[in-house]
Amino acid sequence: MNALLDSLAAIGRAAIGFLREAGAVTLFALEAISHLARPPFYARRFGRALVEMGFFSLPVVALTAIFTGMVLALQSYTGFSRFNAESAIANVVVISITRELGPVLAGLMVAGRIGAATAAEIGTMRVTDQIDALSTLSTDPMKYLVVPRLLAGIVALPLLVLVADILGVMGGFIVSVVKLGFAPETYLHNTLSFMQASDVISGLVKASVFGFLIALLGCYRGYTSRGGAEGVGAATTGAVVTASILILAFDYGLTVLFFSR
Amino acid sequence: MSGALPRIRIRGLRKSFGAKTVLDGIDLDVPAGTSMVVIGGSGSGKSVLLKCILGLIAPDAGTIELDGRDLLALPRRARATERARIGMLFQNGALFDSLPVWENVAFGLLARRLVSRREARARADELLAQVGLASAVGELSPAELSGGMQKRVALARAIAAQPDILFFDEPTTGLDPIMGAVIDGLIVDCVKRLGSTAVAITHDMASATRIGDAAAMIHRGKIIWSGPAASLFESGNAEVDQFTHGRRDGPIQMELRR
Repeated sequence: MNALLDSLAAIGRAAIGFLREAGAVTLFALEAISHLARPPFYARRFGRALVEMGFFSLPVVALTAIFTGMVLALQSYTGFSRFNAESAIANVVVISITRELGPVLAGLMVAGRIGAATAAEIGTMRVTDQIDALSTLSTDPMKYLVVPRLLAGIVALPLLVLVADILGVMGGFIVSVVKLGFAPETYLHNTLSFMQASDVISGLVKASVFGFLIALLGCYRGYTSRGGAEGVGAATTGAVVTASILILAFDYGLTVLFFSR
Repeated sequence: MSGALPRIRIRGLRKSFGAKTVLDGIDLDVPAGTSMVVIGGSGSGKSVLLKCILGLIAPDAGTIELDGRDLLALPRRARATERARIGMLFQNGALFDSLPVWENVAFGLLARRLVSRREARARADELLAQVGLASAVGELSPAELSGGMQKRVALARAIAAQPDILFFDEPTTGLDPIMGAVIDGLIVDCVKRLGSTAVAITHDMASATRIGDAAAMIHRGKIIWSGPAASLFESGNAEVDQFTHGRRDGPIQMELRR
Protein backbone atom coordinates (compact mmCIF):
# COMPACT_ATOMS: atom_id res chain seq x y z
CA MET A 1 0.00 0.00 0.00
CA ASN A 2 2.81 2.36 0.98
CA ALA A 3 4.63 1.59 -2.26
CA LEU A 4 1.49 2.47 -4.21
CA LEU A 5 1.06 5.73 -2.31
CA ASP A 6 4.73 6.57 -2.86
CA SER A 7 4.30 5.97 -6.57
CA LEU A 8 1.19 8.15 -6.68
CA ALA A 9 2.98 10.86 -4.72
CA ALA A 10 5.89 10.76 -7.14
CA ILE A 11 3.53 11.07 -10.11
CA GLY A 12 1.73 13.92 -8.38
CA ARG A 13 4.99 15.74 -7.68
CA ALA A 14 6.06 15.34 -11.28
CA ALA A 15 2.71 16.63 -12.51
CA ILE A 16 2.84 19.65 -10.19
CA GLY A 17 6.42 20.32 -11.25
CA PHE A 18 5.43 20.14 -14.90
CA LEU A 19 2.49 22.49 -14.42
CA ARG A 20 4.60 24.93 -12.41
CA GLU A 21 7.25 24.96 -15.11
CA ALA A 22 4.66 25.36 -17.87
CA GLY A 23 3.13 28.27 -15.96
CA ALA A 24 6.51 29.90 -15.44
CA VAL A 25 7.41 29.60 -19.15
CA THR A 26 4.00 31.03 -20.11
CA LEU A 27 4.39 34.00 -17.77
CA PHE A 28 7.92 34.56 -19.08
CA ALA A 29 6.61 34.52 -22.65
CA LEU A 30 3.76 36.90 -21.82
CA GLU A 31 6.13 39.31 -20.12
CA ALA A 32 8.45 39.20 -23.15
CA ILE A 33 5.54 39.74 -25.55
CA SER A 34 4.33 42.70 -23.46
CA HIS A 35 7.69 44.38 -24.18
CA LEU A 36 7.36 44.00 -27.96
CA ALA A 37 5.32 47.18 -28.38
CA ARG A 38 7.06 49.29 -25.73
CA PRO A 39 10.28 51.20 -26.40
CA PRO A 40 13.23 51.20 -26.22
CA PHE A 41 13.89 48.82 -29.13
CA TYR A 42 17.32 47.33 -29.62
CA ALA A 43 17.59 47.14 -33.42
CA ARG A 44 21.31 46.35 -33.27
CA ARG A 45 20.67 43.41 -30.93
CA PHE A 46 17.85 42.20 -33.19
CA GLY A 47 20.11 42.39 -36.26
CA ARG A 48 22.83 40.48 -34.49
CA ALA A 49 20.42 37.76 -33.33
CA LEU A 50 18.96 37.54 -36.83
CA VAL A 51 22.38 37.00 -38.38
CA GLU A 52 23.35 34.49 -35.71
CA MET A 53 20.11 32.54 -35.96
CA GLY A 54 19.47 32.87 -39.69
CA PHE A 55 22.67 33.33 -41.61
CA PHE A 56 24.97 31.15 -39.51
CA SER A 57 22.40 28.34 -39.36
CA LEU A 58 22.16 28.19 -43.15
CA PRO A 59 24.85 25.52 -43.73
CA VAL A 60 23.44 23.00 -41.28
CA VAL A 61 19.85 23.59 -42.40
CA ALA A 62 20.84 23.44 -46.07
CA LEU A 63 22.69 20.14 -45.68
CA THR A 64 19.83 18.65 -43.67
CA ALA A 65 17.30 19.69 -46.32
CA ILE A 66 19.29 18.42 -49.30
CA PHE A 67 19.96 15.01 -47.77
CA THR A 68 16.38 14.70 -46.54
CA GLY A 69 15.07 15.43 -50.04
CA MET A 70 17.47 12.88 -51.53
CA VAL A 71 16.55 10.16 -49.03
CA LEU A 72 12.86 10.92 -49.40
CA ALA A 73 13.05 10.44 -53.17
CA LEU A 74 14.86 7.12 -52.79
CA GLN A 75 12.54 5.79 -50.10
CA SER A 76 9.45 6.92 -51.98
CA TYR A 77 10.71 5.13 -55.06
CA THR A 78 11.20 1.94 -53.05
CA GLY A 79 7.62 2.06 -51.85
CA PHE A 80 5.84 3.45 -54.89
CA SER A 81 7.53 1.15 -57.39
CA ARG A 82 5.68 -1.73 -55.73
CA PHE A 83 2.41 -0.48 -57.17
CA ASN A 84 3.75 1.39 -60.22
CA ALA A 85 3.26 4.85 -58.74
CA GLU A 86 6.81 6.15 -59.29
CA SER A 87 5.49 9.27 -60.96
CA ALA A 88 4.14 10.43 -57.56
CA ILE A 89 7.64 10.80 -56.13
CA ALA A 90 7.89 14.50 -57.04
CA ASN A 91 4.52 15.15 -55.42
CA VAL A 92 5.46 13.32 -52.23
CA VAL A 93 8.82 15.04 -51.96
CA VAL A 94 7.45 18.54 -52.38
CA ILE A 95 4.49 18.14 -50.04
CA SER A 96 6.58 16.36 -47.39
CA ILE A 97 9.33 18.93 -47.50
CA THR A 98 7.20 22.07 -47.57
CA ARG A 99 4.49 21.05 -45.14
CA GLU A 100 6.42 18.92 -42.69
CA LEU A 101 10.06 18.04 -42.99
CA GLY A 102 11.39 21.48 -43.90
CA PRO A 103 10.02 23.29 -40.84
CA VAL A 104 10.45 20.40 -38.39
CA LEU A 105 14.01 19.44 -39.34
CA ALA A 106 15.12 23.06 -39.64
CA GLY A 107 13.50 23.69 -36.26
CA LEU A 108 15.29 20.77 -34.64
CA MET A 109 18.63 21.78 -36.15
CA VAL A 110 18.26 25.38 -35.04
CA ALA A 111 17.07 24.24 -31.60
CA GLY A 112 20.31 22.28 -31.23
CA ARG A 113 22.44 25.12 -32.45
CA ILE A 114 20.79 28.33 -31.29
CA GLY A 115 18.72 27.07 -28.35
CA ALA A 116 21.86 25.72 -26.72
CA ALA A 117 23.95 28.80 -27.49
CA THR A 118 21.25 31.17 -26.21
CA ALA A 119 20.77 29.26 -22.97
CA ALA A 120 24.54 29.06 -22.42
CA GLU A 121 25.10 32.76 -23.11
CA ILE A 122 22.23 34.07 -21.00
CA GLY A 123 22.87 31.46 -18.30
CA THR A 124 26.49 32.56 -18.03
CA MET A 125 25.33 36.17 -17.84
CA ARG A 126 22.98 35.18 -15.03
CA VAL A 127 25.56 33.37 -12.90
CA THR A 128 28.20 36.07 -13.41
CA ASP A 129 25.85 38.92 -12.39
CA GLN A 130 25.83 40.41 -15.89
CA ILE A 131 22.01 40.39 -15.94
CA ASP A 132 21.95 42.23 -12.60
CA ALA A 133 24.50 44.65 -14.04
CA LEU A 134 22.14 45.38 -16.94
CA SER A 135 19.41 46.30 -14.47
CA THR A 136 21.71 48.68 -12.62
CA LEU A 137 22.56 50.38 -15.93
CA SER A 138 18.95 51.39 -16.66
CA THR A 139 18.46 48.51 -19.08
CA ASP A 140 15.62 46.04 -18.82
CA PRO A 141 17.19 42.59 -19.38
CA MET A 142 13.94 41.34 -20.92
CA LYS A 143 14.04 44.03 -23.58
CA TYR A 144 17.76 43.78 -24.17
CA LEU A 145 18.31 40.03 -24.07
CA VAL A 146 15.00 38.30 -24.71
CA VAL A 147 12.84 40.42 -27.03
CA PRO A 148 15.40 40.77 -29.87
CA ARG A 149 15.97 37.01 -29.84
CA LEU A 150 12.26 36.21 -29.91
CA LEU A 151 11.76 38.52 -32.88
CA ALA A 152 14.80 37.06 -34.61
CA GLY A 153 13.41 33.56 -34.09
CA ILE A 154 10.04 34.50 -35.55
CA VAL A 155 11.68 36.07 -38.63
CA ALA A 156 14.75 33.87 -39.18
CA LEU A 157 13.21 30.42 -39.14
CA PRO A 158 10.70 31.01 -41.97
CA LEU A 159 13.55 32.39 -44.08
CA LEU A 160 15.61 29.31 -43.31
CA VAL A 161 12.67 27.05 -44.09
CA LEU A 162 12.13 28.77 -47.42
CA VAL A 163 15.72 27.91 -48.30
CA ALA A 164 15.24 24.40 -46.90
CA ASP A 165 12.13 23.92 -49.07
CA ILE A 166 14.03 24.84 -52.23
CA LEU A 167 17.07 22.73 -51.35
CA GLY A 168 14.99 19.77 -50.17
CA VAL A 169 13.08 19.69 -53.45
CA MET A 170 16.38 20.09 -55.27
CA GLY A 171 17.77 17.07 -53.38
CA GLY A 172 14.80 14.98 -54.50
CA PHE A 173 15.22 16.29 -58.03
CA ILE A 174 18.91 15.37 -58.18
CA VAL A 175 18.35 11.81 -56.98
CA SER A 176 15.31 11.30 -59.18
CA VAL A 177 17.05 12.56 -62.31
CA VAL A 178 20.60 11.28 -61.78
CA LYS A 179 19.96 8.00 -59.98
CA LEU A 180 16.40 7.00 -60.84
CA GLY A 181 16.37 8.19 -64.45
CA PHE A 182 13.45 10.64 -64.35
CA ALA A 183 13.22 13.29 -67.08
CA PRO A 184 14.12 16.63 -65.47
CA GLU A 185 11.28 18.58 -67.10
CA THR A 186 8.71 15.93 -66.06
CA TYR A 187 9.92 15.98 -62.46
CA LEU A 188 9.80 19.78 -62.31
CA HIS A 189 6.42 19.89 -64.00
CA ASN A 190 5.01 17.39 -61.50
CA THR A 191 6.49 19.34 -58.61
CA LEU A 192 5.19 22.74 -59.69
CA SER A 193 1.76 21.60 -60.80
CA PHE A 194 1.12 19.65 -57.60
CA MET A 195 2.49 22.16 -55.10
CA GLN A 196 0.04 24.70 -53.67
CA ALA A 197 0.76 28.02 -52.00
CA SER A 198 -0.95 26.75 -48.84
CA ASP A 199 1.66 23.96 -48.56
CA VAL A 200 4.47 26.47 -48.39
CA ILE A 201 2.59 28.98 -46.25
CA SER A 202 1.56 26.41 -43.65
CA GLY A 203 5.21 25.36 -43.40
CA LEU A 204 6.33 28.95 -42.94
CA VAL A 205 3.73 29.56 -40.25
CA LYS A 206 4.98 26.48 -38.43
CA ALA A 207 8.52 27.76 -38.82
CA SER A 208 7.62 31.09 -37.18
CA VAL A 209 6.07 29.29 -34.24
CA PHE A 210 9.10 26.98 -33.93
CA GLY A 211 11.47 29.96 -34.11
CA PHE A 212 9.57 31.64 -31.29
CA LEU A 213 9.67 28.44 -29.20
CA ILE A 214 13.40 27.90 -29.74
CA ALA A 215 14.27 31.46 -28.75
CA LEU A 216 11.80 31.43 -25.85
CA LEU A 217 13.12 28.20 -24.33
CA GLY A 218 16.75 29.22 -24.80
CA CYS A 219 16.13 32.57 -23.14
CA TYR A 220 13.95 31.14 -20.37
CA ARG A 221 16.36 28.35 -19.43
CA GLY A 222 19.32 30.71 -19.46
CA TYR A 223 17.49 33.46 -17.60
CA THR A 224 16.43 31.12 -14.80
CA SER A 225 19.66 29.14 -14.54
CA ARG A 226 21.30 28.88 -11.13
CA GLY A 227 24.36 27.37 -9.57
CA GLY A 228 27.38 28.12 -11.72
CA ALA A 229 28.75 25.96 -14.51
CA GLU A 230 26.57 22.98 -13.63
CA GLY A 231 23.44 25.13 -13.72
CA VAL A 232 24.40 26.60 -17.08
CA GLY A 233 25.02 23.10 -18.45
CA ALA A 234 21.63 21.93 -17.22
CA ALA A 235 20.00 25.02 -18.73
CA THR A 236 21.62 24.32 -22.08
CA THR A 237 20.49 20.70 -22.14
CA GLY A 238 17.03 21.66 -20.92
CA ALA A 239 16.64 24.33 -23.61
CA VAL A 240 17.43 21.92 -26.44
CA VAL A 241 15.38 19.01 -25.11
CA THR A 242 12.33 21.10 -24.22
CA ALA A 243 12.41 23.06 -27.47
CA SER A 244 12.72 19.84 -29.50
CA ILE A 245 9.78 18.22 -27.72
CA LEU A 246 7.67 21.35 -28.05
CA ILE A 247 8.49 21.61 -31.75
CA LEU A 248 7.16 18.09 -32.29
CA ALA A 249 4.09 18.69 -30.11
CA PHE A 250 3.26 22.03 -31.74
CA ASP A 251 3.88 20.49 -35.15
CA TYR A 252 1.10 18.04 -34.50
CA GLY A 253 -1.19 20.75 -33.14
CA LEU A 254 -0.59 23.05 -36.09
CA THR A 255 -0.98 20.20 -38.56
CA VAL A 256 -4.36 19.37 -37.03
CA LEU A 257 -5.28 23.05 -37.26
CA PHE A 258 -4.33 23.30 -40.92
CA PHE A 259 -5.79 19.85 -41.71
CA SER A 260 -9.24 20.90 -40.51
CA ARG A 261 -9.31 23.88 -42.94
CA MET B 1 23.73 60.61 13.69
CA SER B 2 22.88 64.23 12.99
CA GLY B 3 19.32 65.46 12.37
CA ALA B 4 19.97 65.96 8.64
CA LEU B 5 18.12 63.63 6.31
CA PRO B 6 20.46 60.77 5.43
CA ARG B 7 20.97 60.02 1.74
CA ILE B 8 20.13 56.36 2.42
CA ARG B 9 17.92 55.33 5.30
CA ILE B 10 16.98 51.69 5.84
CA ARG B 11 14.54 50.59 8.48
CA GLY B 12 13.41 47.11 9.48
CA LEU B 13 14.62 45.47 6.28
CA ARG B 14 13.87 41.77 6.21
CA LYS B 15 14.55 39.08 3.67
CA SER B 16 14.28 35.32 3.92
CA PHE B 17 14.99 32.62 1.38
CA GLY B 18 12.75 29.74 2.38
CA ALA B 19 13.43 28.99 6.03
CA LYS B 20 16.72 30.89 6.02
CA THR B 21 16.47 34.45 7.29
CA VAL B 22 19.23 36.52 5.73
CA LEU B 23 18.21 40.05 6.73
CA ASP B 24 16.44 40.24 10.07
CA GLY B 25 15.46 43.86 10.52
CA ILE B 26 18.35 45.93 9.18
CA ASP B 27 18.45 49.58 10.29
CA LEU B 28 21.11 51.70 8.62
CA ASP B 29 21.67 55.39 7.86
CA VAL B 30 24.23 56.61 5.33
CA PRO B 31 24.61 60.41 5.44
CA ALA B 32 25.21 62.25 2.16
CA GLY B 33 28.86 62.38 1.16
CA THR B 34 29.83 59.56 3.51
CA SER B 35 31.69 56.41 2.52
CA MET B 36 30.11 53.66 4.55
CA VAL B 37 31.79 50.28 4.77
CA VAL B 38 29.63 47.31 5.75
CA ILE B 39 31.65 44.39 7.03
CA GLY B 40 30.53 40.90 7.89
CA GLY B 41 31.31 37.25 7.31
CA SER B 42 30.55 35.28 4.22
CA GLY B 43 26.83 34.63 3.92
CA SER B 44 25.95 37.31 6.47
CA GLY B 45 23.66 39.11 4.00
CA LYS B 46 25.87 41.98 2.85
CA SER B 47 25.30 41.38 -0.86
CA VAL B 48 21.58 40.76 -0.30
CA LEU B 49 21.39 44.15 1.45
CA LEU B 50 22.90 45.91 -1.58
CA LYS B 51 20.71 43.96 -4.00
CA CYS B 52 17.58 44.94 -2.04
CA ILE B 53 18.53 48.62 -2.33
CA LEU B 54 19.24 48.17 -6.04
CA GLY B 55 15.89 46.46 -6.58
CA LEU B 56 17.48 43.22 -7.74
CA ILE B 57 15.90 41.36 -4.81
CA ALA B 58 12.50 42.24 -3.35
CA PRO B 59 12.66 42.50 0.45
CA ASP B 60 9.95 40.87 2.56
CA ALA B 61 9.47 43.92 4.78
CA GLY B 62 10.99 47.26 5.71
CA THR B 63 11.67 50.59 4.06
CA ILE B 64 14.53 51.84 1.89
CA GLU B 65 14.64 55.63 1.54
CA LEU B 66 16.80 57.70 -0.76
CA ASP B 67 16.71 61.34 0.38
CA GLY B 68 13.53 60.58 2.27
CA ARG B 69 11.67 58.90 -0.62
CA ASP B 70 10.70 55.31 0.13
CA LEU B 71 11.79 53.31 -2.92
CA LEU B 72 9.44 50.45 -2.21
CA ALA B 73 6.41 52.77 -2.09
CA LEU B 74 7.24 54.65 -5.30
CA PRO B 75 5.59 53.86 -8.65
CA ARG B 76 7.74 51.65 -10.87
CA ARG B 77 8.97 54.42 -13.19
CA ALA B 78 9.87 56.77 -10.32
CA ARG B 79 11.63 53.91 -8.56
CA ALA B 80 13.68 53.22 -11.67
CA THR B 81 14.61 56.93 -11.87
CA GLU B 82 15.75 56.92 -8.25
CA ARG B 83 17.76 53.76 -8.75
CA ALA B 84 19.43 55.22 -11.83
CA ARG B 85 21.23 57.50 -9.36
CA ILE B 86 23.17 54.48 -8.12
CA GLY B 87 26.35 53.17 -9.74
CA MET B 88 27.39 49.63 -8.85
CA LEU B 89 30.72 47.83 -8.92
CA PHE B 90 30.01 44.10 -8.82
CA GLN B 91 32.23 41.64 -6.99
CA ASN B 92 33.47 39.89 -10.13
CA GLY B 93 33.19 42.96 -12.34
CA ALA B 94 30.18 41.55 -14.25
CA LEU B 95 31.49 43.01 -17.50
CA PHE B 96 29.49 42.14 -20.60
CA ASP B 97 31.76 39.71 -22.38
CA SER B 98 29.93 40.11 -25.71
CA LEU B 99 30.92 43.80 -25.88
CA PRO B 100 34.31 45.48 -26.17
CA VAL B 101 35.64 47.29 -23.12
CA TRP B 102 34.69 50.77 -24.32
CA GLU B 103 31.06 49.74 -24.86
CA ASN B 104 31.03 48.23 -21.38
CA VAL B 105 32.23 51.51 -19.93
CA ALA B 106 29.75 53.63 -21.89
CA PHE B 107 26.87 51.15 -21.62
CA GLY B 108 24.79 53.18 -19.18
CA LEU B 109 25.24 56.37 -21.22
CA LEU B 110 24.19 54.63 -24.42
CA ALA B 111 21.30 52.83 -22.72
CA ARG B 112 19.84 56.12 -21.52
CA ARG B 113 20.51 57.76 -24.91
CA LEU B 114 22.60 60.41 -23.14
CA VAL B 115 25.27 60.44 -25.87
CA SER B 116 25.82 59.30 -29.45
CA ARG B 117 28.07 56.29 -30.08
CA ARG B 118 30.89 58.57 -31.19
CA GLU B 119 30.60 60.67 -28.03
CA ALA B 120 30.33 57.50 -25.96
CA ARG B 121 33.64 56.25 -27.37
CA ALA B 122 35.37 59.52 -26.43
CA ARG B 123 33.77 59.49 -22.98
CA ALA B 124 34.85 55.88 -22.47
CA ASP B 125 38.45 56.89 -23.23
CA GLU B 126 38.26 59.65 -20.60
CA LEU B 127 36.85 57.24 -18.04
CA LEU B 128 39.46 54.60 -18.82
CA ALA B 129 42.15 57.25 -18.31
CA GLN B 130 40.61 58.11 -14.93
CA VAL B 131 41.12 54.51 -13.79
CA GLY B 132 44.62 54.36 -15.25
CA LEU B 133 43.94 52.46 -18.47
CA ALA B 134 45.03 53.40 -21.99
CA SER B 135 42.38 54.04 -24.63
CA ALA B 136 43.71 51.05 -26.61
CA VAL B 137 42.26 48.85 -23.85
CA GLY B 138 38.84 50.03 -25.02
CA GLU B 139 39.05 47.85 -28.11
CA LEU B 140 39.81 44.66 -26.15
CA SER B 141 37.31 42.10 -24.98
CA PRO B 142 36.83 41.80 -21.19
CA ALA B 143 38.15 38.23 -21.39
CA GLU B 144 41.53 39.61 -22.52
CA LEU B 145 41.97 41.63 -19.33
CA SER B 146 43.58 40.67 -16.02
CA GLY B 147 41.46 40.63 -12.85
CA GLY B 148 42.76 44.04 -11.77
CA MET B 149 42.07 45.57 -15.18
CA GLN B 150 38.57 44.12 -15.18
CA LYS B 151 37.91 45.73 -11.80
CA ARG B 152 39.16 49.06 -13.10
CA VAL B 153 36.94 48.81 -16.19
CA ALA B 154 33.99 47.91 -13.96
CA LEU B 155 34.78 50.95 -11.81
CA ALA B 156 34.89 53.15 -14.92
CA ARG B 157 31.49 51.76 -15.93
CA ALA B 158 30.06 52.39 -12.45
CA ILE B 159 31.09 56.06 -12.46
CA ALA B 160 30.31 56.76 -16.14
CA ALA B 161 26.94 58.38 -15.52
CA GLN B 162 28.36 60.36 -12.57
CA PRO B 163 26.02 58.76 -10.03
CA ASP B 164 25.53 60.45 -6.68
CA ILE B 165 25.47 57.07 -4.93
CA LEU B 166 28.07 54.35 -5.50
CA PHE B 167 27.96 50.76 -4.30
CA PHE B 168 31.01 48.52 -4.18
CA ASP B 169 30.58 44.79 -3.64
CA GLU B 170 33.83 43.27 -2.37
CA PRO B 171 35.97 45.56 -4.52
CA THR B 172 39.29 43.87 -3.71
CA THR B 173 38.24 40.21 -3.73
CA GLY B 174 40.55 38.10 -5.87
CA LEU B 175 43.21 40.80 -6.23
CA ASP B 176 46.75 40.80 -4.88
CA PRO B 177 47.36 43.27 -1.99
CA ILE B 178 49.05 45.85 -4.20
CA MET B 179 46.32 45.81 -6.83
CA GLY B 180 43.76 45.86 -4.01
CA ALA B 181 45.33 49.05 -2.68
CA VAL B 182 45.33 50.52 -6.20
CA ILE B 183 41.62 49.79 -6.61
CA ASP B 184 40.86 51.24 -3.17
CA GLY B 185 42.79 54.38 -4.08
CA LEU B 186 40.84 54.72 -7.33
CA ILE B 187 37.57 54.23 -5.46
CA VAL B 188 38.45 56.95 -2.95
CA ASP B 189 39.50 59.30 -5.79
CA CYS B 190 36.31 58.66 -7.75
CA VAL B 191 34.03 59.08 -4.75
CA LYS B 192 35.73 62.37 -3.80
CA ARG B 193 35.75 63.69 -7.37
CA LEU B 194 32.05 62.96 -7.85
CA GLY B 195 31.09 63.98 -4.31
CA SER B 196 29.15 60.73 -4.12
CA THR B 197 27.78 58.82 -1.18
CA ALA B 198 29.34 55.35 -1.14
CA VAL B 199 28.49 52.02 0.38
CA ALA B 200 31.14 49.31 0.17
CA ILE B 201 30.73 45.80 1.49
CA THR B 202 33.84 43.86 2.23
CA HIS B 203 35.54 41.46 4.56
CA ASP B 204 38.96 42.85 3.65
CA MET B 205 39.89 44.94 6.69
CA ALA B 206 42.70 46.81 4.96
CA SER B 207 40.28 47.80 2.22
CA ALA B 208 37.61 48.78 4.76
CA THR B 209 39.88 51.23 6.55
CA ARG B 210 41.18 52.70 3.27
CA ILE B 211 37.74 53.27 1.72
CA GLY B 212 35.47 54.03 4.66
CA ASP B 213 34.65 57.10 6.71
CA ALA B 214 32.04 55.13 8.62
CA ALA B 215 31.58 51.43 9.16
CA ALA B 216 28.91 49.00 10.24
CA MET B 217 28.98 45.29 10.93
CA ILE B 218 26.25 42.91 9.87
CA HIS B 219 25.88 39.63 11.72
CA ARG B 220 22.98 37.20 11.74
CA GLY B 221 20.98 39.57 9.57
CA LYS B 222 21.27 42.60 11.84
CA ILE B 223 23.56 45.60 12.12
CA ILE B 224 25.29 44.86 15.41
CA TRP B 225 27.68 47.82 15.45
CA SER B 226 28.29 51.06 13.61
CA GLY B 227 30.86 53.79 14.10
CA PRO B 228 33.81 55.54 12.49
CA ALA B 229 35.82 53.29 10.17
CA ALA B 230 38.97 54.43 11.97
CA SER B 231 37.75 52.74 15.16
CA LEU B 232 37.09 49.36 13.53
CA PHE B 233 40.05 47.81 15.33
CA GLU B 234 39.13 49.32 18.71
CA SER B 235 35.37 49.14 18.54
CA GLY B 236 34.83 47.67 21.99
CA ASN B 237 32.37 45.23 20.46
CA ALA B 238 33.36 41.61 20.96
CA GLU B 239 32.00 40.41 17.59
CA VAL B 240 33.61 43.25 15.66
CA ASP B 241 36.92 42.73 17.49
CA GLN B 242 36.90 39.01 16.69
CA PHE B 243 36.08 39.72 13.04
CA THR B 244 38.55 42.55 12.45
CA HIS B 245 41.39 40.68 14.15
CA GLY B 246 40.48 37.41 12.46
CA ARG B 247 40.31 35.44 15.69
CA ARG B 248 39.06 31.91 15.55
CA ASP B 249 37.67 32.00 19.09
CA GLY B 250 35.04 34.47 20.20
CA PRO B 251 31.32 35.09 20.20
CA ILE B 252 31.01 34.37 16.44
CA GLN B 253 30.97 30.62 16.02
CA MET B 254 31.51 29.28 12.52
CA GLU B 255 29.27 26.34 11.74
CA LEU B 256 31.69 23.57 10.85
CA ARG B 257 30.80 19.92 10.53
CA ARG B 258 33.44 17.43 11.52
